[in-house]
Amino acid sequence: MLRFVVRRLLQLVPILLGLSVLLFAWLRALPGGPAQAALGERATPEAIARYNELFGLDQPIWVQYLRFLGRAVQLDFGSSARTGRPVTTEFLERMPGTVELTLFAMVFAIGVGIPLGYLAARRHGSWLDSSAVIGSLLGVAIPVFFLAYLLRLLFAVELGWLPGSGRQEVRIDATHITNFYVLDGLLTREWDAAWDAFLHLVLPGIALGTIPLAIIVRITRAAVLDVVNEDYVRTANAKGLSADTVRRRHVIRNALLPVSTTIGLQTGLLLSGAVLTETVFAFGGVGSAIYDAIFARDFAVLQGFVLMLAVVYVLVNLLVDISYGLLDPRVRVR
Amino acid sequence: MSIEAMPPEGALRSDVPVLEVEDLSVTFTRRGEQPTRAVDGVSFSVSAGETIGLVGESGCGKSVTSLAVMGLLPKRGVQVGGSVRLAGTELLGASDRTLRRLRGSEMAMVFQDPLSSLNPTVPIGTQVTEVLVEHREMGKREAATEATDLLDRVGIPDPARRLKEYPHQLSGGMRQRALIAMALACSPRLLIADEPTTALDVTIQAQILELLRELVVDSGTALVMITHDLGVVAGLCDRVHVMYAGKVIETADRYELFARPRQPYTGGLLASVPRLDAGRGVPLTPIRGSARDAIPWAEGCAFAPRCDNAQDDCLTEVAGSTVPLEYDGPGRELRCRHPLSYPQQTPAGATASGAGR
Repeated sequence: MLRFVVRRLLQLVPILLGLSVLLFAWLRALPGGPAQAALGERATPEAIARYNELFGLDQPIWVQYLRFLGRAVQLDFGSSARTGRPVTTEFLERMPGTVELTLFAMVFAIGVGIPLGYLAARRHGSWLDSSAVIGSLLGVAIPVFFLAYLLRLLFAVELGWLPGSGRQEVRIDATHITNFYVLDGLLTREWDAAWDAFLHLVLPGIALGTIPLAIIVRITRAAVLDVVNEDYVRTANAKGLSADTVRRRHVIRNALLPVSTTIGLQTGLLLSGAVLTETVFAFGGVGSAIYDAIFARDFAVLQGFVLMLAVVYVLVNLLVDISYGLLDPRVRVR
Repeated sequence: MSIEAMPPEGALRSDVPVLEVEDLSVTFTRRGEQPTRAVDGVSFSVSAGETIGLVGESGCGKSVTSLAVMGLLPKRGVQVGGSVRLAGTELLGASDRTLRRLRGSEMAMVFQDPLSSLNPTVPIGTQVTEVLVEHREMGKREAATEATDLLDRVGIPDPARRLKEYPHQLSGGMRQRALIAMALACSPRLLIADEPTTALDVTIQAQILELLRELVVDSGTALVMITHDLGVVAGLCDRVHVMYAGKVIETADRYELFARPRQPYTGGLLASVPRLDAGRGVPLTPIRGSARDAIPWAEGCAFAPRCDNAQDDCLTEVAGSTVPLEYDGPGRELRCRHPLSYPQQTPAGATASGAGR
């Protein structure tokens, strides 16, 4: 087990190295450098040259790369060209928002998706089944930004039931320890702040969770339909176990195997930043930060964020693989 | 004996055969398709300590018969008719609760493919103990001890360790033994074994059959062997029912059947068994055609298109003139108008097995 984890963590090294080379080359191939973005279109060549000198952008690209690498191993990705603050600090501020949003979206998707998929399969061919199938098709097909916009327009702007932008009302003078706003509110016993932060998660969370929800419904339904026809379910029934035991121990457990893979992959995807959803809801997570950084040609932020997200992604996948081993003894690592 | 007044547990009687199947029929219906009658008027009975064989090629309805007895057929799209009595208790139409109570405790089944019949994500131990916990109301620890004994009894070495393992960690023979252990957990009166040795190699086959035989002898279990393997029949079964296209076409004691098969189909089955004393290069003698060539029973005899003895009266244009299953000497029944005949008919009933009955 430990060897497995260590091996997977070591695999991170080549992944990150390769990714950093790609990123570095790709960003520098973009038209319009950071100087231009920072100083504006009418900046004089001298000003641009001085800016480049200041930030070391006049050096050969491989020197720049090695310097970047040397600092990156110490978790120093430089400072944002836009705000002047260290990239790592910005990331640590932004990531909790995205994590909260992802958790909300996945809890929503799993909590609704698995029961719905299960019921659809057990009532195979019923109206519930058909509507689950059609609904999940719609869920995958609908563009996220459109859904996000629609939800915001309906529930925030028109009906005013839920907040439609930001992570928390500004007027609430909340203390932030961890930058997980809901958690912070609970830790400091500022219940209203926690509740408010939670409410801010609802609309973007639902928008973000729709695609995973639709996928989970479909996979669960298909998996349950498969499993109920398995020989071992027949064996379980032949043993005279109660319907409940058969369902719990023999059907659901096995049906969850493919579902857990999907959940892992989707969680990883959501964690790497929901650029569109976060932008629509002006939600201060990594997604909207990346969006801003692209427009500002903020190399330091882009490089740092993408590399750190890659680490997060690999770690999430590692967790998924470990949990898969818990569910399925056949792939359990020893 | 006042049967009506008995409590549910006592509803099972010991003065009647363990299993009586009468005129069992199973019809599969699908919307927009002709209903398929997979089992058609099958009757047989098994007493304690007796082994019967249901023999036939794939698709003849033998597995469906066993699933119907166990009440394991899907409810939708399946019509089951006739009567199935377990020690006097009618099972067809019994409630799901009653069936679940009887399954595993009074009647158990061993399936064909031991790997797919075991849950891959649950340890063998749990799969054995869950029967004990369910039917014998044992605690976890007690059940674990009992499970160790059971695995030991079916010949699994190092049972305590095996309990913690998963099906994929066991060999094929051990998996089948584990399945048998589960079936035996509550000492059922009836055990149905559906081709229990098909997925195993020959040496293991022999061991498993020996295990089943011991069981019948030691605990008086009534055993229904479902098989297409005549070797299994020869070694194990007291009485044999040969099935074709959903109907029983010949019933006889084991020795009778092997010595003098009457139905040409049975004869063909026996003739198609490879023989060690046949010369090299001598081709096998198959039954010509395949089971798909069957005609509806209502038009005479389903086997007629493949039968060498078939004559005009085996095939009638008029529906409803099915060849009947008729008395064919003591202990024998036959569904055939032109059976195989033998020059010197030994007086029926003179054979050892016939006399013992």
